[in-house]
Amino acid sequence: MASLIGFYSLVFGACSSLMIIFFSLKNFKNSEKLSQKIIPLTFLQFFLVFISFLGLIFSFVYSDFSNETVFNHSHTTKPLFYKISGTWGNHEGSLLLWLLVLTSFIFLFVLRSHKQPIQYRLLTIIFQEVIIIGFFVFLIKTSSPFNYLYPIPEEGLGLNPILQDPALAIHPPILYLGYVGTSIIFSSALSATSVNYISKEWAKHIKMWVLTSWFFLTLGILLGSIWAYYELGWGGFWFWDPVENVSLMPWFALTTLIHCILVLEKRSQLTSWAIILSITTFTLSMSGTFLVRSGILNSVHTFASDPERGLFILIFLFSLIFLSLFIFFFFHKHDNNKKNSFFLFSKETSILINNWFMMYFLSVVLVGTIYPIFLDVIASEKISIGPPFYHKLIVPFLIPFLLVMAIGPKLKWIKSDLLDKLNLIIFFAISVLLSIFIIKNLDVEFLTNSILLSFIFYLFFVTVRDFFIGRLNNLSQNIAHFGFSLFLLSIIFNNMLSTEVITNLKVGDTFQSEKFKIYFENLDQKKEKNFKSLIGKFVIENSEGDTQIMKPELRIYNQPNIVTSEAYIKTNLFSDKFMTMNYVQNQEYLNIRYQIKPLMIWIWISVVIIALGGLISVIKNNEN
Amino acid sequence: MRYLRYILLSFFLFNFNSSYAQQNDLEIKITKNLRCLVCQGQSVYDSDTEFANSLKILVRKKLDEGLSEKQIYIYLKDRYGEWILFDPEFGKNTYFLWLMPVLFFVIGGLVIFKLFIIRKN
Amino acid sequence: MKIRIFPTIVFILFVIIFILFFKGLKNSNIYVPKANINKEIPSFKAKLFESSEEISSEEIFKEDKFYLMNIWSSWCVPCREEHNFLENLSTEKNLDLIGLNYKDDNESAKNFLKKLGNPYDIIFLDPKGIIAIDWGAYGVPETYLIKNNMIVKKIIGPLNKNLVLEIKEIIR
Repeated sequence: MASLIGFYSLVFGACSSLMIIFFSLKNFKNSEKLSQKIIPLTFLQFFLVFISFLGLIFSFVYSDFSNETVFNHSHTTKPLFYKISGTWGNHEGSLLLWLLVLTSFIFLFVLRSHKQPIQYRLLTIIFQEVIIIGFFVFLIKTSSPFNYLYPIPEEGLGLNPILQDPALAIHPPILYLGYVGTSIIFSSALSATSVNYISKEWAKHIKMWVLTSWFFLTLGILLGSIWAYYELGWGGFWFWDPVENVSLMPWFALTTLIHCILVLEKRSQLTSWAIILSITTFTLSMSGTFLVRSGILNSVHTFASDPERGLFILIFLFSLIFLSLFIFFFFHKHDNNKKNSFFLFSKETSILINNWFMMYFLSVVLVGTIYPIFLDVIASEKISIGPPFYHKLIVPFLIPFLLVMAIGPKLKWIKSDLLDKLNLIIFFAISVLLSIFIIKNLDVEFLTNSILLSFIFYLFFVTVRDFFIGRLNNLSQNIAHFGFSLFLLSIIFNNMLSTEVITNLKVGDTFQSEKFKIYFENLDQKKEKNFKSLIGKFVIENSEGDTQIMKPELRIYNQPNIVTSEAYIKTNLFSDKFMTMNYVQNQEYLNIRYQIKPLMIWIWISVVIIALGGLISVIKNNEN
Repeated sequence: MRYLRYILLSFFLFNFNSSYAQQNDLEIKITKNLRCLVCQGQSVYDSDTEFANSLKILVRKKLDEGLSEKQIYIYLKDRYGEWILFDPEFGKNTYFLWLMPVLFFVIGGLVIFKLFIIRKN
Repeated sequence: MKIRIFPTIVFILFVIIFILFFKGLKNSNIYVPKANINKEIPSFKAKLFESSEEISSEEIFKEDKFYLMNIWSSWCVPCREEHNFLENLSTEKNLDLIGLNYKDDNESAKNFLKKLGNPYDIIFLDPKGIIAIDWGAYGVPETYLIKNNMIVKKIIGPLNKNLVLEIKEIIR
């Protein structure tokens, strides 16, 4: 029943999209004021998709296995919370989530843009509707969440237990608010280009959307990383896996866009670049969708792959790309009289340099992710690209990047003398000395680490000092940059100071090293609703005699029939203790991995701080 | 005299320990660079599948036999192709891989300095 | 004119990228290592399944006939499914079946053969899985057709009717 309502709601939603396009086009010819029909129609469109989404949720909650998607991804014994989150934890449901965000954002846009030129608003609606209709067609034709199964199965195939995690449950909705939010920026940029509205005013208006999108995308990526760390059992939080890269690329573009918009807003310059970035951001989001759902990429967490769907998205995506290219080249009037000329020491130049480096980082991730596909097609050779590639290409460039990030915000617009020179040099000297002192006392490679650490410290000290001097008009930027320095600090210290022990133990065995001792006390069995678990009790004693108890788990699920290893993680402000336990085929002993990871929680906290910087800016802009 | 024996013994053990630690580091470095072929995207170091565990034993064995890191990679590439290595080596297949981003950077820099005439004070 | 060249280049670039992605879709993304066909078989020593005596690869593959080496384990589910096909092939006169017992427990392996039958002429052990790696295998089951110490055909995954027919054709 719920599925039936869901399906028809979806179909009616698609019809409402067509109506919106029709009335918007009509309004465009006579655009003295916005037609009365537009706002209610966009609300209707959103409402119908919302009902459809609810229909799917109810189907999951009531385990309606006549619905093919529910059958494939749910099970009666699944806890309620995960039944609900299972709605968007699959290909079809997540596409419905895309539609939900697409339609809600266009509705919000129409409401909030009442001060903007009417033609611009209408055109934005039209472009957004093109995207929305594309998704409606994609959904209904190739990926319907409401396919009917007959005879109705008694039981579902169950959701992958690795996906039954709170962080992962809210990761898609938050991520999509970011990802899909870039659609408005895309539509808006195309629209503004077509009516020659790329200007200070447009920049001011679109800034809110850019920041909001960016805020959610940052948090969404963070949640994904947290989930990977807590759930996947390797103790890492970023693997340069194609699916991760695909969420990072729009983030790079979006961050670049935020900075670029600042220049556009203040100085009315970089118009062409702003348009290109806006197009690129959404294009990357869509490409991401293509790459992970089409089966073209090999990854730990791709959705069920299907080349037919991949083909549809590919054609859809490139149609949008060619459309935007056409509009850009045809409609964008480059003001040739006004030469973009910047002084070397100015805020504009430092933002330009930021854009330059960010685009470089983006290109590294893009090339690394896509190259294997192209090489396979051209030369039938398959290669792997993993962390070493990304690290080698990104880390050296971080160094000048950090320097500009520290000094740039202190420069004035148009032209600036570098004030504070003495303080900056002193801070730099302190950073270098501190780094050398720290690295010398650690058993790690000296040169790269100390150089990198110096610059990270430099950004850190400069932003902290700026905070206490109290230049509050730049608070959001200050906090975001500070967060970034903290982020890199946590990562570099975590890298240098982490230790790991891998050993095989039977119950009663003890592992001894110079720094600590691990005693395998016992193995306990427990039965839960949809799995059996084997819990190992380990007593860890460090050189000072403090003991800790770690209880990693092995879970044997009944539906689907797989075994997962649940890491036991003890977190505090200083470090994480991380332990996993695994079967060894045909042996009585278990394979144990114990890791000490300092400052792990600061990695998460620093990203929250970065996002906070964006949030502050959103709030401030909202007040105006 | 007895103490001398103990001193020599502990000296031996200590050295053995540190060279073992170095061997171990190399083993870890190699297995982190090897792709586990039966799991999508994990390294052999991180993975616990049968294949990964056998590979770890094999790497250990080859290191003990005195093979260098490069020789071990050649041995494995011979059997499994380039795909098993995470760090794409700089060869005819990967010129563009390493060069494209750098090219991008250089072009970006040129564009900035050309289009946006930057003057000093 | 200058304005027209740049858009054209960009347009063509994206068309090329589209074509590359389009073709990329057709290719499978599940990687199968190069078949290692027409390669020499590795040289190794292993313990025999029955007796725990050591045997060398030269002794196993010494004759001028076809050998089918099958990697199997008692804990491998597809191995059960392909077992009938192996029994079928064991009746072929000019084909010897060699079994590589992969990372297995002797008791379970013996039970497996007792329940499903033993099609192999010789079985040797690979308790750590290292010999399998030497052959370029990475899972169970995998099967190699060998003649004159060269790999003629490599099959990844369980045997099926078609593959058995192919093998029979080759050995005739």
